[in-house]
Amino acid sequence: MNRRDFNQLIGMGTAGILMPALPAFSRSVEPEALLEPGVDVAMKKRLADAAMNAAKSKGATYTDVRIGRYLNQFVLTRENKVQGIINTESYGVGVRVIANGCWGFASVSDARDESVVAKAAEKAVTIAKANARLLTEPVQLAPQKGFGEVSWKAPITKNAFEVPVKEKVDLLLSANAAAMKNGANFVNNVLFMVNEQKYFASTDGTYADQDIHRIGPSFTVTAVDPQNGRFATRNSLSAPMGMGYEYLQVNPSDKLSGVTTRYNKGYDMLEDITSAAKQAKEKLSAKSVEAGKYDLVLDPSHLWLTIHESVGHPLELDRVLGYEANYAGTSFATLDKWQAKNFNYGSKEVNLVADKTQVGSLGAVGWDDEGVKTKKWDLVKDGILVNYQAIRDQVHIIGEKESQGCCYADNWSSVQFQRMANVSLEAGKTPLSVQNMIKDVKKGIYIIGDGSFSIDQQRYNFQFGGQLFYEIKDGQIAGMLKDVAYQANTREFWNSCVAVCDQSDYRLGGAFNDGKGQPAQSSAVSHGSSTTRFNGVNVINTARKI
Amino acid sequence: MAILTKDEAKKILDKVLSYSKADEMSASLSGGRLGNIRYARNAVSTSGESDNLSLSVMAVFGKRSGTATINEFDDASLEKTVRRAEEIARLAPENPEYMPMLGPQTYLAANPYAESTAKMTPDFRAQATFDSLDPCRKKNLTAAGYMEDSTRFTAIANTKGLSAYNRETSVEFSVTVRTADGLGSGYATRDVTDVSKLSTKEATEIAMQKAQASASARALEPGKYTVILEPAALLANVDASLMAAMMNSFDARSADEGRSFLSKKGGGTRLGEKLFDERVTIYSDPTNPEVPASPFGGGGGGGGQGRFNGGSDGRPQEKVTWIEKGVVKNLSYSRYWADKKGVKAIPAPANFIMEGGTQSLADMIKSTEKGILVTRFWYIRPVDPQTLLYTGLTRDGTFYIENGQIKFPVKNFRFNESPVIMLNNLEALGKPVRMGGNLIPPMKIRDFTFTSLSDAV
Repeated sequence: MNRRDFNQLIGMGTAGILMPALPAFSRSVEPEALLEPGVDVAMKKRLADAAMNAAKSKGATYTDVRIGRYLNQFVLTRENKVQGIINTESYGVGVRVIANGCWGFASVSDARDESVVAKAAEKAVTIAKANARLLTEPVQLAPQKGFGEVSWKAPITKNAFEVPVKEKVDLLLSANAAAMKNGANFVNNVLFMVNEQKYFASTDGTYADQDIHRIGPSFTVTAVDPQNGRFATRNSLSAPMGMGYEYLQVNPSDKLSGVTTRYNKGYDMLEDITSAAKQAKEKLSAKSVEAGKYDLVLDPSHLWLTIHESVGHPLELDRVLGYEANYAGTSFATLDKWQAKNFNYGSKEVNLVADKTQVGSLGAVGWDDEGVKTKKWDLVKDGILVNYQAIRDQVHIIGEKESQGCCYADNWSSVQFQRMANVSLEAGKTPLSVQNMIKDVKKGIYIIGDGSFSIDQQRYNFQFGGQLFYEIKDGQIAGMLKDVAYQANTREFWNSCVAVCDQSDYRLGGAFNDGKGQPAQSSAVSHGSSTTRFNGVNVINTARKI
Repeated sequence: MAILTKDEAKKILDKVLSYSKADEMSASLSGGRLGNIRYARNAVSTSGESDNLSLSVMAVFGKRSGTATINEFDDASLEKTVRRAEEIARLAPENPEYMPMLGPQTYLAANPYAESTAKMTPDFRAQATFDSLDPCRKKNLTAAGYMEDSTRFTAIANTKGLSAYNRETSVEFSVTVRTADGLGSGYATRDVTDVSKLSTKEATEIAMQKAQASASARALEPGKYTVILEPAALLANVDASLMAAMMNSFDARSADEGRSFLSKKGGGTRLGEKLFDERVTIYSDPTNPEVPASPFGGGGGGGGQGRFNGGSDGRPQEKVTWIEKGVVKNLSYSRYWADKKGVKAIPAPANFIMEGGTQSLADMIKSTEKGILVTRFWYIRPVDPQTLLYTGLTRDGTFYIENGQIKFPVKNFRFNESPVIMLNNLEALGKPVRMGGNLIPPMKIRDFTFTSLSDAV
């Protein structure tokens, strides 16, 4: 129990809400500080040039500099109480170099002086030269043209840090009150907001200034049946988004009605928490699932996590090559399967794309953390594995001439490496609504919301739970189920995909803190899909007696 | 290096508190050095070292609190930080669960610090890595590993007279060795306070043996099996684990609120009930020489990086028995909840120690008629918090045992099991070993539930 996670740190205990990790070296600040401008662009350029010149004079053949200011705000509540409001800022500079064919990295916090970043650059060269002695093959960096002085801003309409803390607290507490009024026994409700102000410069001649915003509302409602000693929870159906506060503005066109309301680019917290309170209670007396084969109809609020684990991770080239073997693992999707050009990852309905440009997604940026302009590319086309996610020092291995632009570091103090792009399932091309999809299912389960998740280190065998499970009998929703989890093999699962709803049902889900690497770094990534049907999936009953 | 002595730290903290105009103020000063080296594909991939020193100040007015942090220590900066914390506190909403700060406390003499670790250099890390890589290269095996060392101190003080200081060191090492054809994989992990007790070569040799022995695994039908779980399968310092999951669920408030496996039907908690086999005894003790830990903490520990001063409220870590002969003896409390319930506010532990037997792993295998040896579990996630049901998979060395001998490697399994059920189906306990700062014995468990097969190696 050496490593206490953030949940325990702030005393959230078993509330079950996943909290994003704070960037390294964060310091607490007052909310107003989150709106103060950071170091101006001209100064950043001077700092970057100082670092690049210093590295070059020590023998570096390539240098990139990342000047990062990372701002976070967390509003934490339970029932009618504010548990905490946390505002943090982390600012510093990371310098990465190639010297003697080897990578070296060093960073420095609170750097506002050219001599300080120059010193960090020199240290990075020293480390590169030291590590070069253990080198087996020199770094091969894919060429990248310089873009000059450029900038990118997330297309948000309302900066969440401009919204007074009181307004956020009022929203959360009024939502909590609605939950309690509708039968909840407990509610934990949190709101995270992130602003990454990142400046990237490299000896290729790019100076990119970027402004990235993310927001993540998340609650857990608990219903308790003390007589029977049972409890049930229902988590929010919100998604963390690459958006501003506009995500929390209620907009009828962002709602999808059905057995429960689901949300697209605008989230109605009050409505969702009211449903959650009722559904948590309903779960207590829901029918326990009978184990067996079912056709699954998976809502995007659920399917994003299955895509993340069974497609996003196995198609990361560094995992395929073995760089993550001691931690997250390797991949079943080995190079020979890609080279064969006929490896059916999924059925013909399955088109999976990686996309670092998708508006509103967590992973959207203009340039990645090694100066590559972001793009969209195919991973699985008509069911066939066609590509991976790779960065500049890997793309030569898959015969590409330029990087796909998915390099990322979670902080100025972390070294950048290959991270998952937004990986999404493309919507079906023929018109199909959720209602019509369900109509054809004889024996199935409709799953909404993400729950328990686990997958092996090569991404073959997985098991997923969910938030809401509805039995489908002869094309009709027959009622709520509980104790549901499905187990499958990645390739069998994606080959059992028989239909994908059309674009009108397409939505994003996502993870605020996907972990990878040692020391661990977190990254935020979205996954889009429409409701999708998978036939004959093995469902287990998870009820036990203790 | 940013390791301040007790006196140096106290001087800064006293100065900070002298500026206070708040009802109550606490300050936490912490810092240290974090070093790491990572390798994969038989070559070093990254290495780094970082120093940090940070002061965190919490000001309180009534039930409103505010925290400010800084890493500059001149008088003007200290005073500015105090004023900023006070300003934030005045504007903060009231926390109805705020508890007044503690006065002076008495702490156990724990010593989780070793000079050998504090003196680690980049060269030492490189040599430790070479000791792991070299034997793998020679045997045409592929190693990926990671070593992280930490040397840090924490000093806290408040305006009620509480004062505490601790310094500690730790080193964590893990290595995964794979065969060139990718059909075999083995793992070993070690964690120590004193790096002179770490041999990366010894650990790597075990991972190498497992990699070679696990190649060409055979498939067994999923179902209920007798298993021998090695300590790394029970507790992990890189991922969730069954025993840590259970011990992290000993929070009294969740149990009282009816949303824990320790909640009682009809209300209340299962404190005092026999929930496990009578051979199960688990306690915590920061003075244990094998797994020394900080003598203070509580409310979730933390505070070590000075992020949130509220993380460490200065409660003493004492020797606490959580489970004795299968009976739940204690639960952990926030100070607020303990006050409400009129009981002692026992903090969540800084380590735990499970009593075991004297058998070695080899002895346990020898006495097994039919069973499966599990090196480690992976990707363990909660399925049902009501029953503490967890799922996960075996990884990096799973073997079939028959008539007291390892017969052949088997394909990996997914399990769905609760540590509560597991600790009722106990067959035997081996000699405890250190894992993630805790002591845990290997266990032989009957009827462990494997629900499907995995092709992963």
